Amino acid sequence: MMAAKGAARAVADRLHAALLAEGALPVEAPILLPADTLLDLYGEDIRARAYVTADPLRGEMMLRPDFTVPVVQIHMSEGAEPARYAYKGEVFRKQERPSARAIEYLQVGYEVFDRDDPTGADAEVFALFARLLAPLSLRPVTGDIAILRAAVAGLRTTDARKAALLRHIWRPMRFRRLLDRFGRARPPRLVLTDAAPLIGLRSQTEVDRRLAALADDCAAPPISEEERALLDAILDLSAPAGQALAHLGDLAKILHAIGPAVTRMGARLAALDRRGVAAASLPFEASHGRTTMEYYDGFVFSFHAADPALPPVASGGRYDALAAHLGQGGGQSIPAVGGIFRPGLVADLGGL
Amino acid sequence: MLKLGLPSKGRLMDQCFDWFGARGLALSRTGSDREYAAIAAAAEVEPVLLSAAEIPRELAAGRIHLGVTGSDLVQDRLADWQGQVLELAPMGFGQADLVLAVPAAWTDVETLDDLDAVAAAFRAAHGFRLRIATKYHRLVRDFLRAHEVADYQLVDSQGATEGTIRNLTAEAIADITSSGETLRANHLRVLTDGLILESQATLYAARAADWTPDDRAAYRTLAARLGVMSHPY
Repeated sequence: MMAAKGAARAVADRLHAALLAEGALPVEAPILLPADTLLDLYGEDIRARAYVTADPLRGEMMLRPDFTVPVVQIHMSEGAEPARYAYKGEVFRKQERPSARAIEYLQVGYEVFDRDDPTGADAEVFALFARLLAPLSLRPVTGDIAILRAAVAGLRTTDARKAALLRHIWRPMRFRRLLDRFGRARPPRLVLTDAAPLIGLRSQTEVDRRLAALADDCAAPPISEEERALLDAILDLSAPAGQALAHLGDLAKILHAIGPAVTRMGARLAALDRRGVAAASLPFEASHGRTTMEYYDGFVFSFHAADPALPPVASGGRYDALAAHLGQGGGQSIPAVGGIFRPGLVADLGGL
Repeated sequence: MLKLGLPSKGRLMDQCFDWFGARGLALSRTGSDREYAAIAAAAEVEPVLLSAAEIPRELAAGRIHLGVTGSDLVQDRLADWQGQVLELAPMGFGQADLVLAVPAAWTDVETLDDLDAVAAAFRAAHGFRLRIATKYHRLVRDFLRAHEVADYQLVDSQGATEGTIRNLTAEAIADITSSGETLRANHLRVLTDGLILESQATLYAARAADWTPDDRAAYRTLAARLGVMSHPY
């Protein structure tokens, strides 16, 4: 049961004030957002989660499903770097199944755009969230998508296979299918023949290019058993961060490609220690964040209540690539890390 | 009075009348050919003739106790359809498959895996997500999400969906087919694992209907005739 709106708002006000006291600039985001930007970014899945409505002139609009996109857009159009922003307001999430989850609830968020010291910024955001939530004794979980990405990029296989795996890091089932397929030698596939005329926008060149890619893929040697086992060892890694770092350091001696990402994880843990977080004992799960937001591409974290049925009380992470996607191809990436609180849950758990 | 929603037109209506007739519930139209009215031989059942597409909504609202329509319509139009209606009997007619089809000349695409890979390349080449035209948004989206297909978008098509690819408003389609002839005539081919739903005319009970003691008694008599479960409420 979500707390009464008044209690949730009081918590939101307090969290927002605490973020402003840290030096964050307050930003306001519209509640009605153009649907096309969100659809292009998140795909059709967002339609199942966001309320869609229509404006007679602007076309399809969505009731704000999260603040990330509007805040990044505000930063891209008006912001100077480095920047720290705080916001609070309602988000709206449609439920397609009967559920106790709220369809309208408050979020308070903090976003940092700072390219000088990324691991320092990661640590800053996490330490701030940990400090503000300390009275609730929540269970934190951390992860690092950058290590997974580096592990995939370091596989001894074709660039096409690496790109296919990287694209599906956030879709574990399809990732697994691809990895299994790339691990087997395959006979060249029978090419369909069809006398039908080609219709539609996709050209014969595109068809031919993919047929060539399929032939190349059949000719490529399978990804070795050892390498797949190594990747599984990383995906399955779940340990206190200090132990996880040592283990990843050992794996980096074999899979050199993860070296720089592991070094950054070490730097982040050191930065967390300097901010008073007992970093070595933080729970670390290498696959954490794989099923949440597609654009997290580095450090990820969440804070959980004892009841596993409850959504995270707070969550966040690094999403450098999102700005580039919003910039429509020509856009450059903007190092960004941030997170959100759910004040209604905080109030349910007794408040701060 | 037990309200029974039935399709108001054509073959589907005739087959419904036959189905109930064969099970001892004679139904007939009243008034002129153009009047949407019918009566049942059993006094406790009141047939209500409705557009097949509106029967899911009427069931969800509980304005009819029972209704016959395609399972495609119920499962697409109603969120959490099992929470809103109860499936009493598949009726063995009105069969149609909801399928995912691509241009037959796409000789590089046989399966959903292929479609997913093509969607990535298409988006990179054209700057927008591969478009799938359909009117079955919920079913298609749930299917593609369950199979973790990425980089597509659904575009709405309420009719002549097979023509959208030629008209350059979509790259693939998801539509109902019974024989596959329209697909072939439009140079389309179904993916080998592209069967989204096998639909047929189905008798449903509305969970939200007001089931008075009289309605329940009437239903039990009817259920015994039809050979369907006796406690849907």
